[in-house]
Amino acid sequence: MRHALSIEPTPTSIPPTAADAASYLEISDLWKSYGDFVALRDISLSIARGEFICFLGPSGCGKTTLLRAIAGLDLQSSGKILQGGHNISTLPASNRDYGIVFQSYALFPNLTIEQNIAFGLENAGRSRAEIATRVAELLATVGLSEQSKKYPAQLSGGQQQRIALARAIAISPGLLLLDEPLSALDAKVRVHLRHEIKSLQRKLGVTTIMVTHDQEEALAMADRIVVMNHGVIEQVGSPTEIYSHPKTLFVADFIGETNQFPAKVLKDGTVEIGHSAFDCSTKDLVVGATATAVVRPVDIIPHGANAHAVNAVDRPATPQNLIDAEVREMEFLGMFWRTRLTAPRLGERTLVADFSVNAVRRLHIETGGVIQVEIPRDRLLLFPRSA
Amino acid sequence: MNIALEAPYLPLAGKRLRQETSRDDRIKFGLMAIIGLYLIVALGAPLFVMLSKSLSTYRFDLAAFEFQVSDGTGAKWGPVETADALNRKLGAVAEGDLASSTDGRLAATKFFPDFSFRSPVQYRIRGTTDDAAFLAGSTLEKGTEWREYDSGTFRRIMLRPARTLGLDNFKTYFSTPALARSIYNSVLMATISTVVTISIAFALAYGLTRSCMPLKGLFRGILAIPILVPSLLPGIALVYLFGNQGIFKDWLLGYSIYGPIGIVIGSVFFTLPHAFLIILTALSIADARHYEAAASLKASKWRTFTTVTLPGARFGIVSAAFVVFTLVITDFGLPKVIGGQYGMLAVDIYKQVIGQQNFEMGAVVSVILLVPAILAFAVDRHMQKRQVALLSARAVPYVPKPNVRMDGICLAFACLVSFFILGMIAMCQIAAVVKFWPYDLTLTAKNFAFDLMDGGGWTAYANSIKLALLTALFGSVIVFAGAYMVEKADAFRFGRNVFHFLAMMPMAVPGMVLGLAYIFFFNNPANPLNAIYGTMTILVVSTVTHFYTVAHLTALTALKQMDPEFESVAASLKQPFHRLFFRVTLPVCLPAILNIAIYLFVNAMTTVSAVVFLYAADTKLASVAVLNMDDAGDIAPAAAMGMMIFYTNVAAKLIHALFARGLLARTQAWR
Repeated sequence: MRHALSIEPTPTSIPPTAADAASYLEISDLWKSYGDFVALRDISLSIARGEFICFLGPSGCGKTTLLRAIAGLDLQSSGKILQGGHNISTLPASNRDYGIVFQSYALFPNLTIEQNIAFGLENAGRSRAEIATRVAELLATVGLSEQSKKYPAQLSGGQQQRIALARAIAISPGLLLLDEPLSALDAKVRVHLRHEIKSLQRKLGVTTIMVTHDQEEALAMADRIVVMNHGVIEQVGSPTEIYSHPKTLFVADFIGETNQFPAKVLKDGTVEIGHSAFDCSTKDLVVGATATAVVRPVDIIPHGANAHAVNAVDRPATPQNLIDAEVREMEFLGMFWRTRLTAPRLGERTLVADFSVNAVRRLHIETGGVIQVEIPRDRLLLFPRSA
Repeated sequence: MNIALEAPYLPLAGKRLRQETSRDDRIKFGLMAIIGLYLIVALGAPLFVMLSKSLSTYRFDLAAFEFQVSDGTGAKWGPVETADALNRKLGAVAEGDLASSTDGRLAATKFFPDFSFRSPVQYRIRGTTDDAAFLAGSTLEKGTEWREYDSGTFRRIMLRPARTLGLDNFKTYFSTPALARSIYNSVLMATISTVVTISIAFALAYGLTRSCMPLKGLFRGILAIPILVPSLLPGIALVYLFGNQGIFKDWLLGYSIYGPIGIVIGSVFFTLPHAFLIILTALSIADARHYEAAASLKASKWRTFTTVTLPGARFGIVSAAFVVFTLVITDFGLPKVIGGQYGMLAVDIYKQVIGQQNFEMGAVVSVILLVPAILAFAVDRHMQKRQVALLSARAVPYVPKPNVRMDGICLAFACLVSFFILGMIAMCQIAAVVKFWPYDLTLTAKNFAFDLMDGGGWTAYANSIKLALLTALFGSVIVFAGAYMVEKADAFRFGRNVFHFLAMMPMAVPGMVLGLAYIFFFNNPANPLNAIYGTMTILVVSTVTHFYTVAHLTALTALKQMDPEFESVAASLKQPFHRLFFRVTLPVCLPAILNIAIYLFVNAMTTVSAVVFLYAADTKLASVAVLNMDDAGDIAPAAAMGMMIFYTNVAAKLIHALFARGLLARTQAWR
């Protein structure tokens, strides 16, 4: 049998090189298959030291599989993983350097909070006093010093989550892995905790990977988001990049909400949607190519009934993209109004647009009324579509 | 839709990565190998040997031996002749007597009527095949070499039979009407008992879950009683009640209790707790919302019963039916005591082996007995798999509403069944302490003077307790460690599956079959484990193995309730698995382990079937003593010993309950 270690440098023998220091975790050509099913397809990814990365995607996209491969819990079928310059591709989980928090927290039910946190500290040559100090310090960090003698079942979900986090960082791991850590909590606690986790991560400077299917969570917490679908990486980028400049239709659709229309490139800078032409960046699409045009509901700008008038205050930036629309339905969602519009220029399709409460009041938008809306040129995104 | 599915192309195909093994992995692998080996030695190998025995027939092959005889001077040799030719001339051995068994021996002198052991005549013998074997004194000779003996030695030449594999034993079995009839009898008894037991168990469980009858806890306790006694005991009670001197003999309208009637009544008694518990569980998981839906749709009581209650419990009922069927068809103690001349498969094994020393035929009956047991087991496993899918996490427990008439009927029925169970026990209790039922009812302790009877005396009772304690101790350790490996070792999937299969097998193997298989396997001088034959060790091993499956499933259920990520967390914290095991897994599973221990204890006290073939003079057991004393006609002492087992089990249960409560209070504070 050929051990990977016999060919690759062993973790102890060769220190990380300067070039590796920038990228702490380097994943290259990673594949994972279960029989005929390919769960991960040629994944390559580089993560810098201290970065907060989110793996985001629908269930079954392979994000947890990738996390478990990094943790050594489910070995990849092929491919290489370097951590801090060391090849850890085939190391057993216990020989890797990471702390992990699971969705279920996996707190040991028969051990107190203290004992749970101390679990990883024992057996490593530390004195009792050292361990006690470290546990107290960690409990203070997660703000649960009062609860040290309690059992996990006596704590709330959010508190259990923080204990799991404290236990994971107790051993000062080089890498922190979070597997859907917030999805079992209710909405308010979740928002609160995601802020806490983020600031803790910044304080410790620990490289962190979090798996989530909640786009809001990913947008709020990550330095960079890795959007995955069907075992491949669709896009890697900062939250604003991912949101504003999605590279694929999947990303556009998965992050935020979209209106989608079939479109055709008429000429450079112009597409046909429904029955008319719109200004749009056609990028590298050739004339005559079919495409899917996407616009987010929040990007649609409402105008008064006569925005075309020469002296109108809110003249549209792209007059070509100003359309008449009839308000079919309005739904009040607290922060804004969600409207469903029909526009003759768009054909049969409904256009969903979100308007601020302010705009609705100012422009007297109401069900059955006719308004003008603008689809800004730079917010109309085109994605190639196979015919 | 799923692009990942379209092109399952993998680079480096065939060059899959392998994870480096950690120290933990190697330890786990070693442990699993040990426990796997235990199951192979204690179950797989003996069964295999038994199967091959059932297919082996032994026969003296006379054509395989050649003789040559010298004249009176011992120098001049006569013609070479085969034993077959000599036999045809002389008719020394009849054709039918050539069939033999493993231990068959045929004196060579039979073919030489004028043989005299002081004569100077020399004899030569050889085989015509390499396998032809004969004994010269106690040395085994084999092969085609000529061997020469003087007449003094030739006297001690014994031909050995040749073994052939085939279905001849089965042919013999099926052409012996008395034996083949047992199949029909066993299936008939098992079927009738199943129908009766399931009906009673269902009615009881229904009353306990769907009515507001009082004293539910008490009835549950009473219904557990039959588990605590050997299945022989209801047989003895029936003998006292309805036997030749029974006070209720007339109630049978001239029919005899010895036979089908006794078997069915006794079977219902000892299988009722098993069926009751399974059906009770099935009925307990009922979803109240279904009943509310039925009520809102204005369904009648009967319609609700047939469309909600019955379908909801159907898997439980089927499962219980198979359990009862298997228990009855494989039980040996009850038909031995009350069966009279009515042939049953399990008793046939005993008779063939103990009575006639016909081990091959015993193996044949064992194989035949395995068929219905395995069939029932397979169907049951299949059903249980489907039942899981029925459970919904969001079910609302059903709470019955008081209904005077309904509650009254349920109470009356529960009282009736309790009366039946308590009556049987009371009968044995009375018989054990009176001089001579039913004629002389003065109290006496003479029936407890076991040392005056055959069967093993008080030593047997002490042995039983020793066996039960050892079984509970080692059984719990082996079973829990094995279940832990099946559930928590993440690698070696193949090994784990094989192991799980082996662990499920004992359920389908009747005790008699296991016991006989042990004789074949361990009572073989060539087996290095031969030393444990006839010791307490083999009794412990056989009992642990016999009751392995239920204990294994209990441990598995407890382990499955633990978060599967505990192991991952411990690995990420660089803690060895044994630290997690002793600090978390074991303490959390302690209640289940205690349940396994008491289960093994109680069963080790009551079991007869496997150990009846395996006990030796100094390892006689109480349960076997019940059997042997009953066999010898000492029925009252048999009843007394049966009651001793009962008292011991009740005491064990109480100690277990107290111990569990104390221990849980200390170690399970987190619950």
